[in-house]
Amino acid sequence: MMTAPPAVSIKNLQIALPKGAERAFAVDGVSLDLRPGKIVCVVGESGSGKSMCAHALMGLLPDTVNVTSGEILFEGRDLLKLDDDGWRDLRGRRLAMIFQEPMTALNPLMRIGDQMAEMFEAHGLLTPRERRARALALAREVGLPDPERIVRAYPHQLSGGQRQRAMIAMALALEPAVLVADEPTTALDVTTQAQILKLIRNLQRNRNMAVMFITHDFGVVADIADQVVVLRHGKVVEEGPAASVFDEPQHDYTKALLAAVPSMDPPVREPLDDQARAVEVIGLDKTYVTSGGWFREDRRVDAAREVNFNILKGETLGLVGESGSGKSSVARLVMRLIEADRGTVRIGETDLTQLSGKALRTERHRIQMIFQDPFASLNPRRKIGHIIADGPIAAGIDPKVAFERARDLLKMVGLDAGALERYPHEFSGGQRQRIGIARALALEPEIIVADEAVSALDVSVQAQVLRLLEDLKARLGLSMLFITHDLRVAAQICDRIAVMQRGAIVELKPTAQLFAAPEHAYTRELLAAVPGRKERAPAA
Amino acid sequence: MLRSPSGVIGLIILLLAIGIAVFGPMLFPNSPWRMVQRPFLPPFTLSTVPLGTDALGRDVFAGMIFGARVSLLVGLVSTLVALVVGVPIGAMAGYFGGKVDDALMRFTEFFQTIPSFALAIVLVAILQPSIYSIVASIAVVSWPPVARLVRGEVLSLRTREYVQAAVVTGQSNTWIILREILPNALSPVIVLASLMVATAILLESSLAFLGLGDPNLISWGYMVGAGRTVIRQAWWITVFPGVAILISVLGLNLIGEGLNDALNPRLSREGR
Amino acid sequence: MLSFVAQRVVKGVIVLLAIVVLNFFLIRLAPGDPAVVMAGEAGASDQIFVKQLREKFGLDKPLPEQLFIYVKGVVTLDLGFSFRQQAPVSKLILERLPATLLLTLTAFAISLMLGVLFGSFAARFAGTFLDTGITVFALIFYAMPIFWVALMGILLFSVTFDWLPSFGYETVGANLTGLAHAVDVAKHLIMPAMTLGLFFMATYTRMTRASMLEVKRLDFVKTARAKGLSDAVIQRRHVLRNALLPVVTLAGVHSGTLIGGAVITETVFAWPGIGRLMYDALLQRDYNLLLGVFVICSAMVLIFNLITDLVYRLVDPRIEFAS
Repeated sequence: MMTAPPAVSIKNLQIALPKGAERAFAVDGVSLDLRPGKIVCVVGESGSGKSMCAHALMGLLPDTVNVTSGEILFEGRDLLKLDDDGWRDLRGRRLAMIFQEPMTALNPLMRIGDQMAEMFEAHGLLTPRERRARALALAREVGLPDPERIVRAYPHQLSGGQRQRAMIAMALALEPAVLVADEPTTALDVTTQAQILKLIRNLQRNRNMAVMFITHDFGVVADIADQVVVLRHGKVVEEGPAASVFDEPQHDYTKALLAAVPSMDPPVREPLDDQARAVEVIGLDKTYVTSGGWFREDRRVDAAREVNFNILKGETLGLVGESGSGKSSVARLVMRLIEADRGTVRIGETDLTQLSGKALRTERHRIQMIFQDPFASLNPRRKIGHIIADGPIAAGIDPKVAFERARDLLKMVGLDAGALERYPHEFSGGQRQRIGIARALALEPEIIVADEAVSALDVSVQAQVLRLLEDLKARLGLSMLFITHDLRVAAQICDRIAVMQRGAIVELKPTAQLFAAPEHAYTRELLAAVPGRKERAPAA
Repeated sequence: MLRSPSGVIGLIILLLAIGIAVFGPMLFPNSPWRMVQRPFLPPFTLSTVPLGTDALGRDVFAGMIFGARVSLLVGLVSTLVALVVGVPIGAMAGYFGGKVDDALMRFTEFFQTIPSFALAIVLVAILQPSIYSIVASIAVVSWPPVARLVRGEVLSLRTREYVQAAVVTGQSNTWIILREILPNALSPVIVLASLMVATAILLESSLAFLGLGDPNLISWGYMVGAGRTVIRQAWWITVFPGVAILISVLGLNLIGEGLNDALNPRLSREGR
Repeated sequence: MLSFVAQRVVKGVIVLLAIVVLNFFLIRLAPGDPAVVMAGEAGASDQIFVKQLREKFGLDKPLPEQLFIYVKGVVTLDLGFSFRQQAPVSKLILERLPATLLLTLTAFAISLMLGVLFGSFAARFAGTFLDTGITVFALIFYAMPIFWVALMGILLFSVTFDWLPSFGYETVGANLTGLAHAVDVAKHLIMPAMTLGLFFMATYTRMTRASMLEVKRLDFVKTARAKGLSDAVIQRRHVLRNALLPVVTLAGVHSGTLIGGAVITETVFAWPGIGRLMYDALLQRDYNLLLGVFVICSAMVLIFNLITDLVYRLVDPRIEFAS
């Protein structure tokens, strides 16, 4: 129960967007309390206004928006009435913040230790010598390895997880009463995310801090939240203790969001053993070499080491792993977007790796790709009709027929034929991803390679696109290579899953088997790190 | 572009300059080479020679009108030539990468290291001053930045997913470069081009100032150079053509800025 | 660090050799007999001199051999002989080099310091009257041809006010020594250095301003604000330092333009440097001297580029040295 009085009380906060924006208010009538020793998760999809709330609490709102009403009470004062000096005094000392992207949130030209010491300097505390000593102690406290070296290092010399630890160390330096965390684990791999979440949890408990944790990920919410506030279009649609929000969601939107989170239990799938092989990948090797100049060793990164797998007709093979595991490289090697050092990719009876020039171009239609970023994957200067029909036209199909077919494809992916004449910027992320799917299908491929095809989408849109993919695959008898970092998504869509680590496949098994009995240590680590796995599985 | 005030001012200046260059010599047919009055006639004394005369009694105003032609022509043509050389080199280097990129970029860097004005002087001096040698030498010293810019743009666009999508749907290299990459790389090139015209005008006037102009064509730089030795007696011979250069170059820079604001709105917004 | 310098020096030498080769072909691009071209207008009438040149450069031998002889000459610092000045080209250049270095380095220092100062002011007060003023001035200076700035300077400060000398390196015949001499040179230096520096100052002002506005939007500036740092510290330590990186790059790129500007400035102010030497060579069609100066200018640009590259590597830890 809530015994302690709130550390921060946000009351009826309203933030106006500039004229001409999608809606009038980024945040509209939001009230919430932060209590010492408790984590409040503010959760919502992109554009829900959750990040604006966080920035308002720190007085770091962009100049283009302004607070039109409400108050933020902290230690007996209304923060919204503070002047610049007042803010400066509170920021860092009583209120601290960590950000989503630790690489860009750190000054690239300053040593980590100096950036930590700046916390004390900003508030005129300690001598330079003491500051350095404290920085070292902080680095140790947040579990940075080899702290003596790290405080002298520059941000680019650290890994993503280490940078976020450094950011956390900085935020904690002056023992603030309130920590604002704006999607602090979104840019991190799952295993790193699990560690950082644990770190935040521990530090917050030890120091009795009030935490406002912004996230879009219900898995993370399940792992870390005491209180949950669900935002939609700038308004609070539901709030309450984490357990009750998960077990008995009241609002339809919350229910829909929870239902859209893919479950970790793979559905039962028919074995496909009797089907012919659609793709065969044998011994793919690819090493990236960065020349070190005359006097330095070249840097080598293995993107693929002895990668073998095959995909049967009608099968979806998942390729999962963390960033840098080589999964995207393998997708591009299979597509011949990059050239392998060794190895063979066979489609049916055709050896794709032996082809080049025109012969390759004419065979390419058999294997098509869906890309990750719905904004970067469509040429902003071409109409949708062209984007879909260009491929068939290049293959020699009569343009009239090709455009006719583009119209049918749009219908198939759930878009209106009027889209043909419009440009990509007129569509939302989910719609663009549908266009990308239509483009891939236009060439009537046998195999689809989907590279993180739903990763950039909000969870509700993600569910729709996954359903579409599954449906199309079944209707058209396609095979699919599905690359993802998200094990929940993989569980739902893949027949078999291959786990990649440092360019090599460490385990390849039917999905249900992999989830039930992972053998490789890394697979187990990955599965354990999936947020929201342990307790309170979302009610589906 | 029309929404940015600097762009509008620039555009007006440029249109005015083009108007003068095209129609001026018809409206004011006084030859700039002919002696029309006594030497060193101060400006604003006679309405027929409003800006006075130079050391040989030639009409300064006529020189300014005719000079506009040379400045603009050299500026536009040499930029065009530089684009014709630089864009394909940059596009090929960026798209094909590897050895092609290495070779083309070494070549480009080499030209970029040579001090451009010194090279232009040497080239014009050796080829003998003429409008052709001037255009050629300005083009030779100004294409490398184009190539580097285009290369950089192409390099980043090449890894864009929509370009990869064009590859996997079986498009040819030429088609991809022309349809998918170059149209999206164009806006910074346009901005650069407008600034290059300005630089070319400055270069031409500097060459002419040093006596390396086309001896048959009057130009602003030449007029300033000719008036230099008599600056103590006749300030107007140097001041007016200089102002003409300043305004044209300023106009082109403003256009560049306006284009930049319009085509790349991210940065400019904060400035206001 | 050392290996990087070595690598760059070797690269620079290769580029310089390529420029020398280019030079060799440039002479042959000129209409007429290369020996006559090399001798220049004055020397061409002297048959003995032309014959000497022909023998020295083996001009009747096959082209590759000629190239070899020419490159060998340049490598041993033999840039040929100026008939017009009756002195070896390398000697002429060496005599003039210090004056040019003094001029260009002073102009560079002034322009960089003032440019960064004005640019950061404009960015700090973006959108205000101060910003508009600085921006407009920078735009105008950026559009002014250097020779005209020089002449207007003379018109204003020498002819009208008679504050500063309008030509030369020192007062001729004054025979000043010590401090008085230094002051005299400094007085002569002010106008040329300001003239040459003005354009670059405008460039650095614009660059610094744009770059600071760009950096201001980056995440780590928000982090700095979240720390409670004061505005002044944020601007100086976080914004300006990062914003200076492209300015350093620009300084390197512009070194060639700086040399080119020096040719014009020295010409107008009769400053006895290699730029003025180039102009003299141009007037007298003394091609040997002209090309000699050209090679030295290129070498200066290469050295300057090397230095800016080093500076860049020192200020940006992301580019690591091979160590």
